[in-house]
Amino acid sequence: MVTPVIQSDKSVAEFEPPAGRHAVPNSGRMADSIYRCVLFVASATILAIVLAIAVELTIASKPSIHQFGLRFFVTDSWDPVHLKFGAMSFILGTLYTSMWALLISVPISIGAAVFLSEIAPSWIRTPVSFLIELLAGIPSVVYGLWGLFVLTPWLITHVETPISNDKHLNHLWLFNSPANGSDFLAASLILAIMVTPYITAVSRDILRAIPNMVREGSLALGATQWETIRNVVLPYARAGIVGAVILGLGRALGETMAVTMVIGNADSHFNPALFSAGNTMASIIANEFAEASIDLYRSALTEIGLCLFLVTMLVNGCARLLIYFTAKDVQGGGRTA
Amino acid sequence: MTTQEPPAPNADWLMVRRNAVNVICLTAAGLCALVALGALSLVLGYLVLNGFKALHLSTLVLGQMPQGEPGGGLRDGIVGTLMLLAVAAVIGIPFGILGGVFQIESKGKFAWTVRFFTDVLNSIPSIVIGLFVYTLVVLPIAAAHPGDGYSALAGGIALGVIMVPTVMRTTEEILRLVPSSLREASLGLGATQWRTMFSVILPAARTGILTGVMLAMARVAGETAPLLFTAFGSNMFSVKLDKPIDALPIDIYNDATSPYNYLHAQALAGAIILISMILLMSLITRYALGNKVLEQK
Repeated sequence: MVTPVIQSDKSVAEFEPPAGRHAVPNSGRMADSIYRCVLFVASATILAIVLAIAVELTIASKPSIHQFGLRFFVTDSWDPVHLKFGAMSFILGTLYTSMWALLISVPISIGAAVFLSEIAPSWIRTPVSFLIELLAGIPSVVYGLWGLFVLTPWLITHVETPISNDKHLNHLWLFNSPANGSDFLAASLILAIMVTPYITAVSRDILRAIPNMVREGSLALGATQWETIRNVVLPYARAGIVGAVILGLGRALGETMAVTMVIGNADSHFNPALFSAGNTMASIIANEFAEASIDLYRSALTEIGLCLFLVTMLVNGCARLLIYFTAKDVQGGGRTA
Repeated sequence: MTTQEPPAPNADWLMVRRNAVNVICLTAAGLCALVALGALSLVLGYLVLNGFKALHLSTLVLGQMPQGEPGGGLRDGIVGTLMLLAVAAVIGIPFGILGGVFQIESKGKFAWTVRFFTDVLNSIPSIVIGLFVYTLVVLPIAAAHPGDGYSALAGGIALGVIMVPTVMRTTEEILRLVPSSLREASLGLGATQWRTMFSVILPAARTGILTGVMLAMARVAGETAPLLFTAFGSNMFSVKLDKPIDALPIDIYNDATSPYNYLHAQALAGAIILISMILLMSLITRYALGNKVLEQK
């Protein structure tokens, strides 16, 4: 890594010839201050946008905040006809689908990252890494399309109907719902497929950032490769990998289109059965916002958006701190897609 | 670490066991990679096999049919997506690049704050950006001109806001790779700060920055959620900035969730077009510009 040379404003000014001797340095200094001004304004605008998002969303959700107060987050009735709104079932829906998605994808992603970083020879590593990065760039609406056309019909015939018809299994709370196809199970699976490349890519970058000395030390002491990975490499990267997982969680929480297309969009009370249709915070906004013509209705949806904003901000803040403390120059920390 | 310092009577057996565990666990990691790739190739394989079957020339050149009538194509959506990308580029690129340059030129609390908030912006779900642009752009216009509101401009702004952090972070990373000797030489010759940046450092980092910009464009090209209530989608061909505009991802969403089979086929064709657009954008930049990030390398 090349360390940046940061030129403070003073060092340039100090070496300039005394003002007034030539016209050039003066105009140069003038141009420099304009230059700094432009940079400052551009950066301040970026800052302002983020603050404006928070402020605008808060203002727009004011009617709902006034009307429902904190009860908004603990009631789960969503009734646009009688204008009674509570977001609890969507908050639970978001947490529930994200939890299942992470349970499925985290072990697979970490295994894949370990494989790519520690085990695979470079002729496998390079193309597979490239492929995984490409797959992370596929738009979510396309995953949703696949989920709708392939995953949900397959789940109904091969998973949900057999389990629902099974006398022993269908008494469990997890399966205590008729087969639906578009439900929490489909949404969690789609989310798992979508966050896997992401968590894999970031974890792999973190593992690659671990100095080789650490591995060599362990191998030289006679540890096998697996013992090195388990007892040396993974503990060394622990905080960073936790960060990668939380970044994946951040994506899963905010994922909209793919989930909207396969979750069934039910406004009813939250039912933790895997085969019951539901909604997440993002999917209820995507589904109903364009049709919400009454102010209070729109405001309630905006408040859900505000809530989503705050939650993802918190989650990502934690993740970035963890990654920052593990590997300061891991590029994956800043990757977006 | 292992704790068999005093040679155990069954040291050989222990070694066999350790080796076995080693092989099993390494294989398990390999299987994980295989599962991850397998799931993803299921998605891609399905799209490629069925998408190209549904893709005809007419899909590219025909506009949408009125609802319920078969036929028609995705021309409006393709043109709309290109329009939205153009607006997004006008907003996202200057702010992104200037923000990246600012990170290089200054340090201190303010620069740190800007960077922190850019990361925050990067993590905001895109649907929330859509909500923001709706309240900031669409609502005021709708209040001033009843009936109007949703517009290509609003959609482009939403995509542009999403682009900014990506462009800014890649610009910053690339600029940090430019050797400091270049900067010192230029400043040493008496060039001003801005001339050093625009005549020496930015040209040296040109290809890298262009790559970052193209990748950011590729990323927002597929965004659907922020367009739902900004660009809104439209049944008509339009290139007007102040009117609702169609976009390819919106078409895919509407077609896929419609009850008609021929629209499902169109959604698949649309998905292939969209993915090809995105892959082409990232592949062309990657290979046309080569892997070199800086000019002189």
